[in-house]
Amino acid sequence: MAADTKTNTKNSVAEIFKSMDYGPAPEADNVAKAWLNDHDNGEFGLFIDGKWVKPDGRKTYQTKNPATGEPLATTIQGEQEDVDLAVSSAKKAYETWSKTPNHVRARHLYSIARHIQKHMRLFSVVEAMDNGKTFRETRDADIPIVVRHFYHHAGWAQLMDTEMRGWKSVGVIGGIVPWNFPLMLLTWKIAPALAMGNTVVLKPATYTRLSALLLAEVCAEAGLPPGVFNVVTGNGAMGSKLADHPDVDKVAFTGSTGVGQTLRRLTAGSGKKLSLELGGKSPVVVFETADLDSTVEGVVDAIWFNQGQVCSAGSRLLVQEGIHDKLVDKLKERLTHFRVGDSLDKTVDMGAIVDESQRKSIEEYVESARQEGAEIFQISAIPKKGCFYPPTIITNVQTVSRVVVEEIFGPVLVVLKFRTAKEAIALSNNTIYGLGGSVWTENIPLALEAALSIKAGTVWINCHNLFDSAAGFGGYKQSGYGRDGGKEGLFEYVRPSWEKRPRPEPVQLDLKAFGQIVQARPTIGNNQKNEISADGKLPGIDRTFKMYYGGKQARPDAPYARPVVSPNGTVIAHVGEGNRKDVRNAVEAAHAASAGWGKRAAHNRAQIVYYMAENLELRRDEVANRIHQMTGRSMDDCKTEVDLSVQRLFHWGAYCDKYGGTVQETTLYGCTVKVHEPMGVIGIACPDEYPLLGFVSLFAPAVIRGNAIVIVPSEKYPLSALDLYQVFDTSDLPGGVVNILTGDRNHLSKYLSEHQDIQSMWYFGTAEGSKFVEYMSAENVKRTWVNYGLARDWTDPEQGQGEEFLYQSIQCKNIWIPMGDIFAN
Amino acid sequence: MSDRNPGIEFDASWLEHVYVNLPAVKRRAETLGTRRCVKKQWQSAWLLRAVTCIDLTTLSGDDTASNVSRLCFKAANPVRDDLIKGLQMEDAGITVGAVCVYPSRVADAVKALKAANASHIPVASVATGFPTGQTPLKTRLEEIRMAVADGAREIDIVINREYALTGNWRGVYEEVKAMREACGEAHLKTILATGELGNMVNVYKASLVCMMAGADFIKTSTGKEGVNAIFPVALVMVRAIREYYQKTGYKVGFKPAGGIRSAKDSCTWLILIKEELGDEWLNGHLFRLGASSLLIDIERQLFHQVYGRYAATHEIPMS
Repeated sequence: MAADTKTNTKNSVAEIFKSMDYGPAPEADNVAKAWLNDHDNGEFGLFIDGKWVKPDGRKTYQTKNPATGEPLATTIQGEQEDVDLAVSSAKKAYETWSKTPNHVRARHLYSIARHIQKHMRLFSVVEAMDNGKTFRETRDADIPIVVRHFYHHAGWAQLMDTEMRGWKSVGVIGGIVPWNFPLMLLTWKIAPALAMGNTVVLKPATYTRLSALLLAEVCAEAGLPPGVFNVVTGNGAMGSKLADHPDVDKVAFTGSTGVGQTLRRLTAGSGKKLSLELGGKSPVVVFETADLDSTVEGVVDAIWFNQGQVCSAGSRLLVQEGIHDKLVDKLKERLTHFRVGDSLDKTVDMGAIVDESQRKSIEEYVESARQEGAEIFQISAIPKKGCFYPPTIITNVQTVSRVVVEEIFGPVLVVLKFRTAKEAIALSNNTIYGLGGSVWTENIPLALEAALSIKAGTVWINCHNLFDSAAGFGGYKQSGYGRDGGKEGLFEYVRPSWEKRPRPEPVQLDLKAFGQIVQARPTIGNNQKNEISADGKLPGIDRTFKMYYGGKQARPDAPYARPVVSPNGTVIAHVGEGNRKDVRNAVEAAHAASAGWGKRAAHNRAQIVYYMAENLELRRDEVANRIHQMTGRSMDDCKTEVDLSVQRLFHWGAYCDKYGGTVQETTLYGCTVKVHEPMGVIGIACPDEYPLLGFVSLFAPAVIRGNAIVIVPSEKYPLSALDLYQVFDTSDLPGGVVNILTGDRNHLSKYLSEHQDIQSMWYFGTAEGSKFVEYMSAENVKRTWVNYGLARDWTDPEQGQGEEFLYQSIQCKNIWIPMGDIFAN
Repeated sequence: MSDRNPGIEFDASWLEHVYVNLPAVKRRAETLGTRRCVKKQWQSAWLLRAVTCIDLTTLSGDDTASNVSRLCFKAANPVRDDLIKGLQMEDAGITVGAVCVYPSRVADAVKALKAANASHIPVASVATGFPTGQTPLKTRLEEIRMAVADGAREIDIVINREYALTGNWRGVYEEVKAMREACGEAHLKTILATGELGNMVNVYKASLVCMMAGADFIKTSTGKEGVNAIFPVALVMVRAIREYYQKTGYKVGFKPAGGIRSAKDSCTWLILIKEELGDEWLNGHLFRLGASSLLIDIERQLFHQVYGRYAATHEIPMS
């Protein structure tokens, strides 16, 4: 007979029979502790080149269980040498791994998935102990998602030749991941990286390093070749060293917006690829037609999953006014039986906060709301010991409150009211972030419209925080760029087959001086060329090439002109010298046009682009002649450029209605729909070569995918682009969709890059300019596409109209639409 | 059970804004058993509590006095004495919540319980053309009166699915109200036969309408439909109970029935009730589990708790 049933205490069967309380139900930690002990009694090294490495003289970091404060292990604070060793090992492994047949890589990824599955319980316990999150979540969410991710990407490795034709691996990937989902988020980096033939050096977060080290060991057990996946532990500064390492070809980061910005600046101009998955302040939008009881559980998933330490946490609850009080009451009632406790206790809803500093930061936020007079609702039943913070609901707050504006990264929900769907969307988008969001209603037309209107990478309908490897996860706006998961995520780990990794010479960039100009003054003399009229006696009528924005020709804000000079030194025309204010005006015009243009039927956009081709061809000789005048190239050559431009318009016209998205094969019963949405407004600086074809190659893909653009034509040969605005006007292109600013490329690019309301910047100019654009883009986390001063052959279909252009023209939104109403007969 | 739900006037406005999202309901239902669990003596105590909530049931065409009698003795002695002693629960007087039989077997059950010295255990009778309800209202009401006359203290009626499926909620209300009157002092459990209601909105509406008509319990199923007591349905029904309580102050009981067989499930059912309705509902007055074979599995779990070994089925007295 079990001894503990005899005791006639509070915990006797008789007493529990009366109270019907829950008792302790701890998951055993003995295997996890034995695993820690296996490693020099919990003193871990770095995992490099398939083996443990313990360099001498390193500082160490003691990792603790946040729920108990109990020390778990010590890990090494890696230094430059360690980064060098890991990167060189990854670089060496890349030589063979990148040439390993797809099928073989697929077998390796499959084996990793299998091996994680074999050790699932150990992973779940280690992760819960290290992070403080509940074992229930690691068991039912984190680790199953990890396993699924490796299986899914084994498939992508197998299919790379067919599904990723025209793309190749990148090289050595530097992965830097945060502490909130330590294993899951690193998997989101390494699975696609390895599948596409790259090797990885990973830096786990300081607080949570153990599962990464366990994975490295399990990968080795699974037979992954040495050096393909390396783990180097260290502080944030070491992360920067990794990102900065010249042999790292791509940095894949998940973490705070602040660190993401730092990494963008650090890698600017280096030719490295970069993907950033950053912060969020995701809305949970509840309409009066919602199932409120289910919404309550949805809010639990949205903000109290993982203690709210989720980048896509639904931290802003937006509720239709008429049901606000009812829903808030239900939420408060829900919290009365919400349990917070030790991560290994199987009866809790929420675990511990990762670290005391994080807990303090959450507390400060809530106190700031209290100071403002907000109403704070919290439960008191949380453990006294350990790093815990109660689930919190803040009402009576406004859009101006810090707790509404900033990401708290804790279990804190703010509640705001709205009156109409339109206002709900406006409030949803009234944030610098755009990672996720959920919509709660039984009204399908409303749900879909809201999902498409919320500017975020993932929108869940009647659910929140569902993840699957088949659907990419990532942000709009300052939530970052690039996707983790899905086919869309693979593009972060490949580059076009024709392209070498750009390795521009280091340039000294003077941020203040960049793009400064002194405008041109009048020129006289024999280099002045006025077209001669038919009878040869009269001077030609001066033709002024104005700029073009908002569907109208416009003079420069400050009327200065720049001469366009032919190869023999003759001034053949003047164009406006655009400045900061012209950029401002053009961006305004682009935004005014952008929403309507994005919503146009794809067929309609196609018609317009085909019409452009038609109208351009009508002017074939005139446009070719202009190129000839400017460049001095042969007329035949110039006609070929016009012909190629017409072809290219056809190419992109064709893509108007053939790249809208896909249905993703996630584990959801229902539909997960990936929508290729436009970026919004894109700034484009065109190359000098191929003044017409370069311009067309860049503006067309952007525009056909629904973006509005502000485009700077070839600085040297701008006239071809200006010829085009007549084509635009006659082709029914709505005003403001294409806005053309002439002038100094770097001067205009500076203001475009600095503009906070431009979503992406494409720059084809110098290495210095490329660095500037990437550096400046960090401020509002713009996407960028730059050439690092390297020319491409615009006449070549791969280089001039590859899939890359589509990738750059869209951002992926995944909409999760669960289905089901039938449950029985 | 002094404060019975008297019911209220039919109010169609309650049914106007009923929204139930099945996928979200399912997600919540799936995690009920993963967010909470009970181990060791907590599990034993909870299982014993589950025992006291069981409507020990036999509803078969071949029921006779002999198997009904066996059932009643099991109802009075649901857990082996040595196990009860081992758990130090001799003083708790643990019996099941009720025995549940067809109207024709009510008299047999009343007699057997008396013989078992357990007349305090109520006899519940299904009625009203169980399980389909496809008989005239007059005979359905008469069936109730006869079962009550034979000594049934609880009546499990089935609602009119034709009315429910065609949106005639007032019709459902009027019938149930008449049945409540026919019950007199006997307690009324209304079986929604949720597996035949088509969708969760109908389940929610049927729950509200039955409570308005004065149901003491709402019950998921007869056990004869294709889909019986499942957690998503239960969630929808207990949410309706919560709404009714919040609006009227009356507590209505909940009875899942059909397909509940494992001890682990019975704990999850208790967890569902504790989480969604609270501890006040966590007893035989407001919660019943309609089951026949569940009790054996619970006893085996208790055996393990007491002896640390897994019992063979043949070691447990059958019902």
